[in-house]
Amino acid sequence: MSGQIIATGRSAAGMPTGKLAVWMVIASEIPIFGGFLAPYLMHRVGHPDWGQMAASLNVWIGTFNTALLVTSSLFAMLAHAAAERGNGPLAAARLRLAAYGGLIFLCIKAYEWYTKISHGHVPQSGTFYGYYFSATGLHGIHILAGVAILLAIASQAEKGKHLGRVELIGIYWHFVDVVWFFLFHIFYIIR
Amino acid sequence: MAEHRPSPDSEGSGWQPLARSVFFTTTLGAIIVVSVVLFYIFSGGEDYIARLIPALSSYAGDIDHLILLIAALVGFWFFAALFAFFVLLFKYRARPGHKASYLATHEHQLETWIAWPHWLVIACDLVIIVVAVKVWHMVKQVAPPPDTTVRIIAQQWSWTFRHPGPDNKLDTADDIVTIDRLHVPVNKVVHFQLRSKDVLHDFAVPVFRLKQDAVPGRTITGWFKPTRAGAWDIQCAEICGIGHGLMPARLFVETPEQHAAFLDAGAKSAQLPGGQPIY
Amino acid sequence: MASHSIPAPGHSEPLGHHDAHHEEHWFLKYCWSVDHKMIAKQYMITGLFMAIIGGFFAYVFRWQLAFPNEPVPLFGVVTPASYNMMITQHGTIMIFYVAMPLLLAAFGNYLIPLMVGADDMVFPRLNRASYQVFLISCIILIWSFFVPGGGFGGAWTSYPPLSASASYNLTPSGSTLWLLAVALEFVAFLMGGINFIVTAMNARAPGMKFEDVPMAVWMIVIASIMFMMSVGPLFAGSVLLLMDQNFGTHFFDPRTGGDPVLWQHLFWFFGHPEVYVVLLPALGFMAEILPVFSRKKLFGYRTLLYSSIGTACLSFFVWAHHQFIAGIDPRMANVFAATTVLISIPIAEMMFVFIATLYGSAIQFTVPMLWALSFLAEFLVGGVTGIFLGASGADIHFHDTYFVLAHFHYTFFPIAIIGSFAGLTYWFPKMFGRHLNEFWGKVHFWITVISFNFIWMPLFFTGIMGDHRRIYSFTNFPDLMTPDRVLLREISSVATAIMGLAQLIFFANFFYSMYRGRKAEANPYNANTLEWQCPSPPPHGNFAEMPTVYRAPYEYSHPDRETDFWPQHEPPAGAGALKPEGAH
Repeated sequence: MSGQIIATGRSAAGMPTGKLAVWMVIASEIPIFGGFLAPYLMHRVGHPDWGQMAASLNVWIGTFNTALLVTSSLFAMLAHAAAERGNGPLAAARLRLAAYGGLIFLCIKAYEWYTKISHGHVPQSGTFYGYYFSATGLHGIHILAGVAILLAIASQAEKGKHLGRVELIGIYWHFVDVVWFFLFHIFYIIR
Repeated sequence: MAEHRPSPDSEGSGWQPLARSVFFTTTLGAIIVVSVVLFYIFSGGEDYIARLIPALSSYAGDIDHLILLIAALVGFWFFAALFAFFVLLFKYRARPGHKASYLATHEHQLETWIAWPHWLVIACDLVIIVVAVKVWHMVKQVAPPPDTTVRIIAQQWSWTFRHPGPDNKLDTADDIVTIDRLHVPVNKVVHFQLRSKDVLHDFAVPVFRLKQDAVPGRTITGWFKPTRAGAWDIQCAEICGIGHGLMPARLFVETPEQHAAFLDAGAKSAQLPGGQPIY
Repeated sequence: MASHSIPAPGHSEPLGHHDAHHEEHWFLKYCWSVDHKMIAKQYMITGLFMAIIGGFFAYVFRWQLAFPNEPVPLFGVVTPASYNMMITQHGTIMIFYVAMPLLLAAFGNYLIPLMVGADDMVFPRLNRASYQVFLISCIILIWSFFVPGGGFGGAWTSYPPLSASASYNLTPSGSTLWLLAVALEFVAFLMGGINFIVTAMNARAPGMKFEDVPMAVWMIVIASIMFMMSVGPLFAGSVLLLMDQNFGTHFFDPRTGGDPVLWQHLFWFFGHPEVYVVLLPALGFMAEILPVFSRKKLFGYRTLLYSSIGTACLSFFVWAHHQFIAGIDPRMANVFAATTVLISIPIAEMMFVFIATLYGSAIQFTVPMLWALSFLAEFLVGGVTGIFLGASGADIHFHDTYFVLAHFHYTFFPIAIIGSFAGLTYWFPKMFGRHLNEFWGKVHFWITVISFNFIWMPLFFTGIMGDHRRIYSFTNFPDLMTPDRVLLREISSVATAIMGLAQLIFFANFFYSMYRGRKAEANPYNANTLEWQCPSPPPHGNFAEMPTVYRAPYEYSHPDRETDFWPQHEPPAGAGALKPEGAH
């Protein structure tokens, strides 16, 4: 149905419709994450004692996860490069690698949550943990959605279909990566 | 869009008559605004608000004065705009032989004529901001030294008032605790410490023009100075659950003799076993 | 009709669509359609239905306030719990389920593709999903009235700790369902908003430059951007509050390091821009209706555009005026009083633009025009009374009194009700191919507007005299039971009932005219914008030939023309016929 719509094919603003929409999605996501991070930072300033709770987070795991996401983003970028050249199978392979990066990230995150919870650090045990679990949880949902879309687009790209979408998911994937950068800094690094 | 250049004699022509009328309106407006401000500066204003609800604290008059100043300034704009609106509606109603005119000059020429009312609005705004901040500063940011201090504790759905008792110190043995009845002496500066046990409440005394939210976990201080003896309503002005409409309290502003009697009675009841509050 | 090639209804099939050839299953046509016009009508009908519920609640609690503790006709005795529930749901419904779906979603969906000369939204299926999420949200909200404990009664602002704990609000499931409904509604409008913005930016007809875009489209787009920028923090806040309610976290609980005032910041950071999110589309409708029925070019297109963008930006820096006395640092109030009062400047400029448009015009007092004019007059009252509340010193007295309610009903009623009626009556011929009855339209207009003023004018005074909002009965307050106050309340409540009854006229007129009204031609008002250049009602795909735009939208009474209008898509003399849409 949507393939027949003339409106979708237009680009009066000089940018393909899909790309414009992805940027709009990101523009609406930034305030959502901002809604978690700004109150957290404001309260963090008023609660020096939260530093001890922040110290309980494992910086090494966080660093590893950061590296993982950066690598994953790199593969998304390489997939875009392959799609630009019209090489669907290669783009699909690289997208899958990016998706696996996301999956490993989620597994490590799950392990991290598990250790926190088994040490009694649950969201109910303090506002710091509340913010930690809700912000990383929301980010995790974004990773999960990203992985699903990456895999779906990879299977299309493999058949050489919708190669333009490789770039779109790439933009989104970079955004999720950047969000993690912020989360990593304000939860793990600031003591 | 620039397909057409207006012929200078086209019917009802162009922006000049409009510009002229805007200019006259705004000049007139400027004169009125300036005279209103001067009138308020020099007369002190009559307290029309007090005819609707008594003004019984030392700052109630200032708040009423601010309200009236705003009423005069925005009232001018309101009536000027409404007047222009209805005149235009009548004058330019569609009728046989009447044709609408076409404004084709560049917009920036027109916008110079919006600029006049624009600057006037800014001038009015600045006057309002300055006076508003002045009143706010006096009521909420600074307080005269206290003659007495009371503690107000809000909860679902009643008020607990802790009066300092004869020694005029809170948290001593002779404190008088009452429920839903606050007793304060007239013409004395009263500080209050506002607390909440559960949810948000709001200590509102309309005759004092006083309002302050109570936030659980915090103690918020404020002040008032009653100017006339009598009994008045205290309302909770922040929704606090099902019983929000059912937590009225009464404020007793007392003459020195009445207040002495209250302290006396309170001191006796405080010695009762258990020290239970009197009602 | 001018001499250009407007396709008459039924003359040609829209390009690339063959749906008209066979009758679709009614479910596919009415409930599963991806056509922007059908989705707009779905939003419209849902919004009108919710308006009936919200309006009925208003009638019930107004009656209770005037005649306390007597059974309300058609309802029964109002308890404190049901009173709280009704004021909460009235606010929620009227803002999130009436103003937003009608002004933004219904008209945004209907008008944007038609006005920019496109055949549909750029993402039709996203559009359908947006409505479906919204519908689920409506159902959850209505369901929440009937769960054990009743609907949520903590005011539409839902301040914690009251809203965060069932031990305080005594509505264990109602408050969670309420929050869930509102959060879903945000998701629906985020999806819809992205669609609006991208469609208006990217799907414009060839030749349509930024200054050729009709004001209604601009305003809906600016409103969508504002919504997108402001709703995120409250969405985050809703998630935190849901966790506080259901999982025992303490984000807003002061006993364990949380902060109840945080919610107020998140809420009003959204809540104040939200006022302008619904105001701007209504202003956009005025900018369409006023030029058409005064046969005159809109005065100051750019002024209107820039001042709305200015209002939009400024509105992000005023939110704490809702919290002057909420326990925030009193020094903050000075900053926010200044920004708040300054917002009067762009708003005043918009009013100047509209009033100046009337200068030198030829005004036809049709029903949509009456609504548009009454919008200006009533909104003016709302605008000037806002200054009292923005001035921090005066707000100490006015905060949470009926003065506040009267102020924002004088803004919100023009926006949500008058704006919707203006839009509905103006675009009705386009939507349904028939005219509304003019006489009953005027009867409905006058009763509604007059009774509206009788509802709210008295309440300015009861507000000054110390009536506070959300109190279910003033009988407990001896100071508030003086005869003059009681009389003012009674006037207001009786006027509410009259206004409610008057809406029956509208609904009768609306549904009768939908099927039996006088047939409307494609461009009954001789208007310029593109939506009037396709058949009434437009077929699937809208335009028989995709239009090309040659000029700005408000070229009325041009001296070189014989007719007093100049459609946007009509080629200038000698420029040849309409060019078909380029290859896709």
